[in-house]
Amino acid sequence: MIRALRRPTLWLIVAVTLAFVLLPLRGNDVALREGLLLAAVYVILATNLNLMIGYAGYVNFGNVVFFGLGGYTCVWLVNSHAWPLVAAALLAGALVSLVAFLFGLGILKLRGAYFALATIGVNEGVKAFVANFAPWGGSAGIYLSIEAYQPLGGPARGLWIIYFLMVLVMGLSLLASYGIKNAKFGLGLRAIGQNEDAAMVLGVPTRRYKALIYSASAFLPAVAGALFFFKSAFIAPDDAFDLALSTEAIVAVMLGGQGTLVGPAVGAVFYEELRSTLLTAQAFSHFQLVIAGALLLLIVQFVPGGLMGWIYRRWPRMRRILE
Amino acid sequence: MLGILVSIVDGVLVGSVYGLAAMGLTLIWGVMDVINLSHGAMIVAGMFGLFYLVTLGLPAYAALIPVLAAGFAVGVGLYWMSVHRMIGRPPLMSLLATFAVNMVLIGLGTALWGTVLFNVPVSLPGVAWKGYTFTGTHIMAAVATSVIAGLLYLFLYRTRLGKAIRAVAGNREAAELNGIPTTQVLALAFGLGIALACISGALIATLFPFTVLSGTAYQLKSFVVTVLGGLGNPAGALLGGIALGLLEGLLTPFMPVSWTTVIEFGVFVIVLIAFPRGLFGFLRHARSR
Repeated sequence: MIRALRRPTLWLIVAVTLAFVLLPLRGNDVALREGLLLAAVYVILATNLNLMIGYAGYVNFGNVVFFGLGGYTCVWLVNSHAWPLVAAALLAGALVSLVAFLFGLGILKLRGAYFALATIGVNEGVKAFVANFAPWGGSAGIYLSIEAYQPLGGPARGLWIIYFLMVLVMGLSLLASYGIKNAKFGLGLRAIGQNEDAAMVLGVPTRRYKALIYSASAFLPAVAGALFFFKSAFIAPDDAFDLALSTEAIVAVMLGGQGTLVGPAVGAVFYEELRSTLLTAQAFSHFQLVIAGALLLLIVQFVPGGLMGWIYRRWPRMRRILE
Repeated sequence: MLGILVSIVDGVLVGSVYGLAAMGLTLIWGVMDVINLSHGAMIVAGMFGLFYLVTLGLPAYAALIPVLAAGFAVGVGLYWMSVHRMIGRPPLMSLLATFAVNMVLIGLGTALWGTVLFNVPVSLPGVAWKGYTFTGTHIMAAVATSVIAGLLYLFLYRTRLGKAIRAVAGNREAAELNGIPTTQVLALAFGLGIALACISGALIATLFPFTVLSGTAYQLKSFVVTVLGGLGNPAGALLGGIALGLLEGLLTPFMPVSWTTVIEFGVFVIVLIAFPRGLFGFLRHARSR
């Protein structure tokens, strides 16, 4: 434990989280807060996706299904059962995790491309189901009334609370990723990622590990989805299960460097900055997807290790400092 | 009762066109172990290709030939641009590379055309039968599909080039040792797969209105079909398409259209988990034992 405290990465996580808290507080900067909130969402999605792609080597194209289901569960609990936000978000996370665990036992029998296809199928299937599911408003979705903000002390204060909660979830995501990476569990996962059969022969309980990591990578994104859709006070199938968001998370992971701790987070912040710059620039607002795609194509073709892979090759010592 | 039968027959006619797109997907997978996530974008490219050729005054079914040729050329280009460097690398990389191409194309498409509904006006007399009508375009699409599938079969089994493709699919190293230029064959197979996607898109455009974003839905249908037929098995893909059409036709009279998607994906995931070599692959395997 003491040794862990001496590792710079841990302090980096704390410092970044604190910076996210303090930056917008100075001068009550609401515009900055909104930008950082979005960045935090991307960091959460990318970091948790990295648990699957980077550590276990399983490509999950439908990771947004957790985000959307978490959002739906929370908004529904708040709207129809008057649950307080935090309790609803936590229950949403727990339920989605459980669902992911059960799904995982089934679809994780598949490997490589077959698994990737199944995750697309799961996302689209869930989207189509929710669009027909009357208690959740079908394709029209659910609207939250302004009263939902009352327990948080009105909308103005509520938005700040949601932001701090989101930053907390981001910090926890990074910590969880750090913890898993340095634990025996993480070692087992990376063994699976490199050669699953060899890992199995050497005694890694592959089936359980895979289901566990699939379920773990669902929890915090679901909580983030709960907070995000509570904040927008509206949720509909097309927003909640948007495959484009899944892809953007993949781009972020690849940009920063899959399998590293810092990489996906850096990639996420960079991608969010790029995206918002493009969105505000008149000439480019329609070409956001084109640029993300071109970026992804270039990374995959020429720098498959991403930013961190490049840094490690250039300065091998950085491997110990930035994990 | 008769109504259900008509609905099933119509479903099979349309399903065969899905099978055509899936044949392209499965050909690419079988030859180079790449799942082409830009298939949907190429289906849409075929739709728009047909739309503009028809606007220029070409008859719709004659315009299929230039669409096929252009699709092949684009496919070979895409191979060199995105797939070539991915051969033999982990599946993640080729998935991401083709996905990136998809993002670029769909992004360009939405920027150029928005998400407005397009429609290719084709009028063919239908076939009337006991008070029901089989739509002419649906019959014609199924006929065109059979012709193309037949030609593909002849190409793969009766020509040297087709045999080379099958040899590379079977064992790339052995094919290389026997003097087959495997890289060119891979490019050829990818071009062929994309051409099939484009032509099925063009045929779908004669059946239904479409938008730039329609590709996603048809790409997902191709996956369902491919998985039903077994990845890497062109004949299975055609059968899978017909099976999917049959399912759609069977379900339509009984439930709202929006529920069919739920059932399709349910079937997709279950078949994928239970019979990863495909429903037909599974049956064949069971019989040969």
